[in-house]
Amino acid sequence: MDMEPILDVKQLTMKFGGLRALDKVDLDVYQGQIVALIGPNGAGKTTFFNCITGMYDPSGGDVLISPPKNGRPQRINGIKPNKVTEKGLARTFQNIRLFHNMTVLENVMIGCHCRMKAGILGAVLRGASTRREEEAVIQKSYTILKKIGLEKYVNDFAKNLPYGAQRRLEIARAMATDPFMLLLDEPAAGMNPQETHELDELIIRIRDTEGISILLIEHDMKLVMSLSDRIFVMDYGKKIAQGTPEEIRKNPAVIKAYLGEEIDA
Amino acid sequence: MLVNELKKSLFVSLWFMFLTFPIMVIQVNTVENIIQWRWANLFFVGVGSFVLSALWRYLIRRKEQGIQETEVDGVARVTLSQRLLNNRRFTIPALFVVSILALAFPFVFSLYQTNIMITAMIYVLLGLGLNIVVGVAGLLDLGYAAFYCVGAYSYALLNYHFGFGFWSVLGIGAGLAALFGIILGFPVLRLRGDYLAIVTLGFGEIIRLIMENWNAFSFGPSGIANIPRPGFFGVEMNIEQVTIYVYFLMIGMSLFTIFVVNRLQDSRIGRAWIALREDEVACQAMGIDKRKTKLMAFALGATWAGFAGVIFAAKTTFINPASFTLWESINILCVVVLGGMGSIVGVIVGAFVLILLPEYLRFLSEYRILAFGAVLVVMMVFRPGGIVETVRRTYQYKETA
Ligand SMILES: Nc1ncnc2c1ncn2[C@@H]1O[C@H](COP(=O)(O)OP(=O)(O)OP(=O)(O)O)[C@@H](O)[C@H]1O
Ligand SMILES: [Mg+2]
Repeated sequence: MDMEPILDVKQLTMKFGGLRALDKVDLDVYQGQIVALIGPNGAGKTTFFNCITGMYDPSGGDVLISPPKNGRPQRINGIKPNKVTEKGLARTFQNIRLFHNMTVLENVMIGCHCRMKAGILGAVLRGASTRREEEAVIQKSYTILKKIGLEKYVNDFAKNLPYGAQRRLEIARAMATDPFMLLLDEPAAGMNPQETHELDELIIRIRDTEGISILLIEHDMKLVMSLSDRIFVMDYGKKIAQGTPEEIRKNPAVIKAYLGEEIDA
Repeated sequence: MLVNELKKSLFVSLWFMFLTFPIMVIQVNTVENIIQWRWANLFFVGVGSFVLSALWRYLIRRKEQGIQETEVDGVARVTLSQRLLNNRRFTIPALFVVSILALAFPFVFSLYQTNIMITAMIYVLLGLGLNIVVGVAGLLDLGYAAFYCVGAYSYALLNYHFGFGFWSVLGIGAGLAALFGIILGFPVLRLRGDYLAIVTLGFGEIIRLIMENWNAFSFGPSGIANIPRPGFFGVEMNIEQVTIYVYFLMIGMSLFTIFVVNRLQDSRIGRAWIALREDEVACQAMGIDKRKTKLMAFALGATWAGFAGVIFAAKTTFINPASFTLWESINILCVVVLGGMGSIVGVIVGAFVLILLPEYLRFLSEYRILAFGAVLVVMMVFRPGGIVETVRRTYQYKETA
């Protein structure tokens, strides 16, 4: 692969007081790939996401992106989370963070916010362009919900959705921001095998039909092994291995980190 | 079950009888140096607390059953007010009746009544403004009266020093209030919940104290008198005509406010405010600029307080800092909370209930605060959404292939 990676993380470090939650972690993702980030609890995976998406300001290292559409490489660490999202990285949360008292459709419409223009005056006067924009967003959001398979919940409150559907709604909301890459933090957590299987298909469909690359954190090894093109393994804030599912399965360092845990799925 | 509940109520009443025994039963008559035992009071306290406690338990049980039922059917319970508001057969005639009443009011009722209505409508403006900040964006602001104060003093001072008229200051006052909204907004961008409440409370007090103590600027506690009433193309009007004029001006202002606030809430910006209230972190992760959105909420909320302040100064022709105390902020907050956070109809109902009830129940005025507190507690337990709960909008979409 002689193309540039769309996400290139170099020597990323995050310190919380004395704790190095991330210690010089390197990671790269190429266009069209599904990449998994795995590691035992407390390894620093969520912290890694938080540093990339602007939730934390990393103590060291670089986060570089080169969006496939306008391939200009740029450094994004230290910028605000909403700016990161505008640049095309959208995430979901390990502990679901939906807008509970808004409808499912509205949750997705919020995702479209940063691609809309209407200001105060536009909202009050509601001219033709505002109305058109509003209609387009409603339609776009509904289309996304349909793709994700949530259309039957359109007008329900997000808080009333079953757990698996809430996780999928997080993905739908993130897709509404028109990302070139989705960062999914344990999307299968709490799902039953049937739901996990559907999620597997959904993620592949998102990559294949939308052309969105995916970086996901996941504990479900079966899912990780079947989905991923490449896998990065972290332990105690350090990257301990990277490679294809085959390589990772055999890697002694990984087996040691997961001591006792089953990774041959 | 029932016996158990009644037993608990019985204990409550015994406990209350014990607690109130020293003040309700024993009375020392210092003239004749005897102790009077008022056993009848003990009986009243006992029966009263027993009945109230049983009623309370019953209502709580019913509420919990309601919640369980919703969970079983999976269908959200729709309250009566929501059903009524969604039913055109109800809303259109209701709107018609309200319009007729509103138009006829000043010609049917006395000047005094009309004045009360004007006050109520000022609170509609204030309530709808604060509703943007507290109800929609979820930012608890306890210093809202400060913006009201800014509006009122803008008119009073600009008129006193430079002879500005009502209409020109209406815009300037609102603009200044919005500016103060942003000034308050900046330092509290990072604060949430209780911290935000305390800082805004402090801000409100600062503005009031400045007005009270900076004599050279604001004429201190004695305030500013002889503020001109709103003019109408230089036409001379007697007091009655002016009041009716202000009344209709307020109706116009209220309609304007309702229109604007409704459009704002139902737009990209309004949705961002609600998302901000629901989850700040997720909101930012979805690409919403938290800073800009919060500042907009503060500024737009303050704008209406500015309008209301200018009109208040013009209506009463006299203002002093005592009108803009913390109590005033709390009053406006109660309009929003009691009426229904986030609901425009709710806030309007809340404003009328909160202003009109105390006016017409003057004989109860000694117990006003007590009743107020009791009502608030009961509301929070049984109807936390307010008198009229908000209805989330449903959108029309076309079926796609
Ligand atoms: N804001 C913070 N302040 C201090 N320490 C933190 C903070 N966030 C994370 N940590 C610490 O950093 C380490 C890594 O946490 P992180 O949440 O990234 O782990 P994880 O790999 O996502 O684990 P899990 O699989 O349980 O989600 C933990 O020891 C955690 O306590
Ligand atoms: Mg995690």
